[in-house]
Amino acid sequence: MLTTRVIACFDVKGGRVTKARRFQDNVDVGDAAEVARLMYADGVDEIVFYDITASPERRRADLETVRAVAHNVFVPLTVGGGVRDLEDMHAVLAAGAEKISIDSMAVRNPGLITAGSKEFGRQCMVLSMQVQRVGVSTAVPSGYEVFIDGARVATGMDALQWARRGEELGAGEIVVNSIDQDGTHAGYDLEITRAVADAVRVPVIASGGAGTPEHVAHAFRAGASAAIVSSMLYSPRLEQNYSVDDIKRSLSEDFGLPVRPTTEAASAH
Amino acid sequence: MINYQTGNAQSVLFALHHLGLEARLVATPEEAQDVDRFILPGVGAADVTMASLRERGWTEHLQERVRGEGAPFLGVCVGLQVLFEHSREGDADCLGWLPGEVVEFRRGELRVPHMGWNAVRRTSSHPFATALPAAAHFYFVNSYHALPADEADVAGVTEYGAEFASVVARGNVMATQFHIDKSGPVGLALLSSFAELGADELRAAAATAC
Repeated sequence: MLTTRVIACFDVKGGRVTKARRFQDNVDVGDAAEVARLMYADGVDEIVFYDITASPERRRADLETVRAVAHNVFVPLTVGGGVRDLEDMHAVLAAGAEKISIDSMAVRNPGLITAGSKEFGRQCMVLSMQVQRVGVSTAVPSGYEVFIDGARVATGMDALQWARRGEELGAGEIVVNSIDQDGTHAGYDLEITRAVADAVRVPVIASGGAGTPEHVAHAFRAGASAAIVSSMLYSPRLEQNYSVDDIKRSLSEDFGLPVRPTTEAASAH
Repeated sequence: MINYQTGNAQSVLFALHHLGLEARLVATPEEAQDVDRFILPGVGAADVTMASLRERGWTEHLQERVRGEGAPFLGVCVGLQVLFEHSREGDADCLGWLPGEVVEFRRGELRVPHMGWNAVRRTSSHPFATALPAAAHFYFVNSYHALPADEADVAGVTEYGAEFASVVARGNVMATQFHIDKSGPVGLALLSSFAELGADELRAAAATAC
């Protein structure tokens, strides 16, 4: 049986993992390759990292860091940030990434999703969207609007419509990151997660707001195939951090969800 | 590691080096004269993969080295699918080393791509299959899957809607639908087994299969 996926996600700036609260006020967590290696050893199912300054600095994702992470991690690695064209995608994949996440650039140039999907296959293209609750209107019938550029710029686009369009354009997975919940540790926005999961047939990844294993379980119950966790794993700001094993044990024992046991992640290799 | 346009050769190479195995990327058959084992990784579409292999002269070379001389061969993901006669992905004629075809998962009932960690159940006594743990999860990403015509070629199965062949093995030809290099320690252990399987063992397995 296909298991639920727990994805560790971190923001990288100059090779270091940094942790923001609602897209501001960063604190340093540690060396990216080392944090990734620890997450892998801890039994996480997948790793995503975003080079958060690549896009504003108009450069590619930091390939040295991608390579350093990929050398130590033998679960899927997704990289986001600074991907503008096929050439950038080739470079990021050649550095050892498995998938490419595109966000603001996909809104500016939707053809990028299609181009990447044709070149590398749909499974390679992850459409990440930052969504914010704005109230139902004619332009935004779902009540959730897509934002770009570190959640600073409103697009006027409806989140559900953009998710459906992204799937049509060739995205193989869709990340729904709630701007409202991000950094709150109060749980994912289950309403938009469920709505997107119902609207598309590609896997949906819940993101933003996880603080406890129970929150993660609720994302899966809402129809997500995978859930992104970050602060709860390693943020020095939180009183309690959870190991991957704590999370998976709870998913399995308290919620009856299928998991890849962390015992399979521990071995000589 | 056969390196062609859209493959994920780099990440498999990292895994082989992590295991301390001597491995390198080869782009053309000329670069592979001294190679004694082949891995064909793959992401992307079957038709694109086949076109790329033909263009670089790999189809004849692999026919000679793998089918003729018995060099151990491991296909990964699309590298499994192209072993069969035909793939419906891009209506592609494939290598045809194993009888059968490759079809798409039934859309509508299932989320496609089939993406994530899924269990593999061993179904043959081929030495590569016996290297599989009794119960373990591997990382899959596929929209298509093989339908082998000969049951004896199926070495492991996985359930997604229905059971499909996730590991195939016949003699010196082995392949996994899952990404062996992205399947954590269990994947690395299996990759290591492929590197260590003896040519005699594989010949014996070929004799049983026939």
